[in-house]
Amino acid sequence: MRLSQAWIIARHDMGVFRRKRGILYGLIALPLGVGIGFPLLIGYIVHSGGTGRLESYLPDLVNAFSFWWVIGAAMLPTAIASYGIVGEKIERSLEPLLSTPTTDGEILLGKVLAAFIPTMLAVWAGSTLYQVIVDLETSGPLGYLLFPSWGMAVILFLLAPLACLYGIEFSVIASSRATDARSAQQYGTLVFVPLIFLYVAGEIGFVPLNTTNLLLISVVLGVLVLALFYASERLFRREEILTRWK
Amino acid sequence: MIHAVRLTKKFGDLTAVDQVSLDVEDGEVFGFLGPNGAGKTTMIRMLASLISKTSGTGEVAGCEIGKESDELRLRSRIGVLPESVGLYEGSSAYENLEYFGRLQRVDPATLRSNIERLLRMMDLWEKRDLPVATFSKGMKQKVAVARTLVHDPILLFLDEPTANLDPEAAKMVRDVILELKKEKRTIFLNTHHLDEAQRVCDRVGILRTRLLTVGSVDALRSGTSGKHTTVRLERATEEIAAAVRARLGNRQVQISGDRLIVEVTDPDRENPEIVAAVIGAGGRIREISQLSPSLEDVYLKLIREGTTAS
Repeated sequence: MRLSQAWIIARHDMGVFRRKRGILYGLIALPLGVGIGFPLLIGYIVHSGGTGRLESYLPDLVNAFSFWWVIGAAMLPTAIASYGIVGEKIERSLEPLLSTPTTDGEILLGKVLAAFIPTMLAVWAGSTLYQVIVDLETSGPLGYLLFPSWGMAVILFLLAPLACLYGIEFSVIASSRATDARSAQQYGTLVFVPLIFLYVAGEIGFVPLNTTNLLLISVVLGVLVLALFYASERLFRREEILTRWK
Repeated sequence: MIHAVRLTKKFGDLTAVDQVSLDVEDGEVFGFLGPNGAGKTTMIRMLASLISKTSGTGEVAGCEIGKESDELRLRSRIGVLPESVGLYEGSSAYENLEYFGRLQRVDPATLRSNIERLLRMMDLWEKRDLPVATFSKGMKQKVAVARTLVHDPILLFLDEPTANLDPEAAKMVRDVILELKKEKRTIFLNTHHLDEAQRVCDRVGILRTRLLTVGSVDALRSGTSGKHTTVRLERATEEIAAAVRARLGNRQVQISGDRLIVEVTDPDRENPEIVAAVIGAGGRIREISQLSPSLEDVYLKLIREGTTAS
């Protein structure tokens, strides 16, 4: 596996996405919305007096909101990854690409990197904004800073990248069966189901989203990512693409 | 350049290519003719190591077909133009070529000069920075041909390069192929345009799952359906026909209006005999001409028969 070959594909795909406004706006809008919207909501709760003592519920509420960065990391790359493969199917450019001295693994890695890099940059940029605003809103009433925290570190550097890979791999599999980017994305929405379940479980206290549980979720997601990688790698073989893909 | 022995490809129960053996020499333009679904694209994909073979052996550009360690080397030596142009429509012609040149690991300086040379050759240099989406079909096809050449391959596989093009665009692309032929490039051309094959190919093969025949266009025309000499007379009579038959040894001679149509095997030797027989029987010759079957006749005959003629 030559990283340089995968990087040529990733750079090219990122260049193509830059011209796609829908993808670009999606990449900016969600992190910006979560990065500003949720802290403002938290600020409203803090300044409106809330219910009960802030220290008892605010950290859990912020933890639950922070989990949105995991959901976002899985959600954001589906459009890019779907387009990256279905777009090639629509433009019929996969065959010329497969005719170059590039292995299937290098092409797949290039596609994964093209979706992973902008997503993670957007997530990290948005989450930095989120942490700063949350700290500004809550440090006065709480008397301490909620961020940085170990929980957020696990979310941003372990769970979010894994969720991003999970979203991408799911999209690769969906794309192999879809004939247009929209239907690939629709299949891709299934990716959120387990993550939304975790979020709700965290909100109702069924699975508290503390650092320990976040690490456990990371292990489960890691296994899922490996399984999906195996499945997507099996689907992304040139003979399969040329003879069986719709 | 290409040496294939009994290459076969099966998809489940369906045999797409059945025991095809052929050789293509360096610098040769080889045309592969056949109806839709004959296995032409599958053959190119097998030769280019894009799909695996079910059985048989082969060597392309010095690399063994189906040998995993040879695959990347093979794909860096060949250029493949698929049936669909497959360009990135939002990118410019230059960007499309640059991307594929990089994937072919051409060094940046060579790549720049190759792109300029090719786009100038295709008459697209002035339009190099425009998105391909703004190009006509013919221009897109020329960009796609340039893409297959960007790494200077020693062998080109062109799959239906003029399919779905209007006559003007098809001519543009055909001219490019003739230009490449002048450069002595080895080209493997899939087509179902017989006229195109006749104009650009040194040899052709006719495929319908199995290879029905292979040879030069002239050899196929003369070898498959036989030759006929037509003699236009003042008046064609049965006596003259009988005299020709007697002279040539019971050969098929037909009367059609004022013409005698005589089956011949060696016109240079037999035509003087025909003339002598006609004159000897009192016939007065107005015109004598040679009838050869067109490539289309050969093609249709073989495809209908579906039998090996070679």
